[in-house]
Amino acid sequence: MAEGDIRLLIDASYFVTAVLFIFGLKRMSSPVTARSGILWAGAGMLVATIVTFLYPGMSNYPLILAAIVVGTIVAWWSGKRVAMTDMPQMIALYNGMGGGAAAAIAAVELYRGEEHGLAIATLAVIGGIIGAVSFSGSLIAFAKLQGLIKRSLRFGGQQVLNLLILAGALVLGGLVALHVDASPAVVTAFFVLALLLGVTMTLPIGGADMPVVISLYNALTGLAVGFEGFVLNNAAMIIAGTVVGAAGSLLTQLMAKAMNRSLGNVLFSGFGETAGAEATGVTGSLKPIEANDVGVMMAFAQKVIVVPGYGMAVAQAQHKIWELCQLLIDRGVTVRFAIHPVAGRMPGHMNVLLAEAGVPYDLIADLDEINAEFETADVALVIGANDVVNPVARTDKSSPIYGMPILNADRAKNVIVIKRGKGTGFSGIENALFYLDNTRMLYGDAQKVAADLIQAVKAI
Amino acid sequence: MTGMVALYIFMLAAFTGYEVISRVPVILHTPLMSGSNFVHGIVLVGAMVALGHADTTLEKTIGFIGVLLAAGNAVGGYVVTERMLEMFKSSGSRGGRETH
Repeated sequence: MAEGDIRLLIDASYFVTAVLFIFGLKRMSSPVTARSGILWAGAGMLVATIVTFLYPGMSNYPLILAAIVVGTIVAWWSGKRVAMTDMPQMIALYNGMGGGAAAAIAAVELYRGEEHGLAIATLAVIGGIIGAVSFSGSLIAFAKLQGLIKRSLRFGGQQVLNLLILAGALVLGGLVALHVDASPAVVTAFFVLALLLGVTMTLPIGGADMPVVISLYNALTGLAVGFEGFVLNNAAMIIAGTVVGAAGSLLTQLMAKAMNRSLGNVLFSGFGETAGAEATGVTGSLKPIEANDVGVMMAFAQKVIVVPGYGMAVAQAQHKIWELCQLLIDRGVTVRFAIHPVAGRMPGHMNVLLAEAGVPYDLIADLDEINAEFETADVALVIGANDVVNPVARTDKSSPIYGMPILNADRAKNVIVIKRGKGTGFSGIENALFYLDNTRMLYGDAQKVAADLIQAVKAI
Repeated sequence: MTGMVALYIFMLAAFTGYEVISRVPVILHTPLMSGSNFVHGIVLVGAMVALGHADTTLEKTIGFIGVLLAAGNAVGGYVVTERMLEMFKSSGSRGGRETH
């Protein structure tokens, strides 16, 4: 084949890939067709990868193959092995890798030091900085969710420091893009600052906000890929990257909205850690209860609403909880699951876990559907959820979660809270729900407690 | 591709991404974030081209890392998305809401 024909083949294949990606994403946006969506998108990726080997003027094939094989094996192995509960940090990790790849493309282009046009050079630099921030930021997000970094680092003047690093990276990037000084030293300093920015931006953000941050970095990686697509004149990268950039931005906004906060607020305000100490208006005492008593209470209830949270995910308790609920349903109890939009570490995280355990969809209700029903419920069973059921969000204007829509678990006749210990939730805010007169605390690991409850119900 | 055409592609792709997501139920937010995470794994083709045209050892090293990371993004993104969506299928066949 002549080089022109090969070019045509590659361009046509990239076009097919772009169509498959958009079609696949469209199918993924409805539960009925979601599963086939990823297969279509996967086919698109395969087509694009194979034809890229035909690219004219390429060398280093052994290196390319080796990198693909190693990357594929490691990612395949880790992706198959990871527990459903750890999905959020795995997505963060894979996303960071994409950002790193985009930054690597920019680095190869910039180190080569060819004279590009100003527009292309600028796009390479911007894509590089975004990709590098997404890379190091996602790694920090991963480390936080994985529990490798426990505390959020926060100090005075942090925003100023971030701005200085950003300004420094932009100045160096400007020097490179305008070809004032595109020496390897300047390029290196540029990338070091960009990577540092991702770290300093993400370190102060609390764990409760991580879903929004991961989604944001996902959108940023998309954007970086799109920009590098312009640099390489690659339509598949431009279209796929931009689509993800736009879709990810919208998804990020939806998530921030579900928490009743703006994106700026998530990124730049010290949530939880600073406010935790001054929580006011919480009076009363924590009243413990035994599993046997809870089992009796639920077995003779008309209606039980289960409120799962991150604690259920950590304890892997979803299977036992569903077993318990099936026992209750067999006894004629009405059981519903109430899912807060930001329960867990990602929107829809709880739905995924409950689906894994085999809970049918029609038992699962979201916030708007279920909130009116709490008043008619005999028992609200709160499993490792905290901030999403904290009534101070309705009442206490000084609370950092004031205004966030919450599940009205406090309005049930009895509230049972399964909790590992007496500590506060991820946001560090004291929970007024736990101190109410109709609330009882059932301490222990959610999975073990659920097993005890199953025994208690069976014994009746 | 001229600059203007590229700009049009950018604009249309941005609207497409926005439209595709705008009416998604909350239960699909995590799988969809994962799915879009997979889609930007297309950075793999760019990383392959960059490594394919690399000359110096430095360029080759960075290019190699780029392809390695990009392959991880694409493959890992695919595997976890597929695993999550697999569960939605089984729930549906058990008589969930969307089969009614």
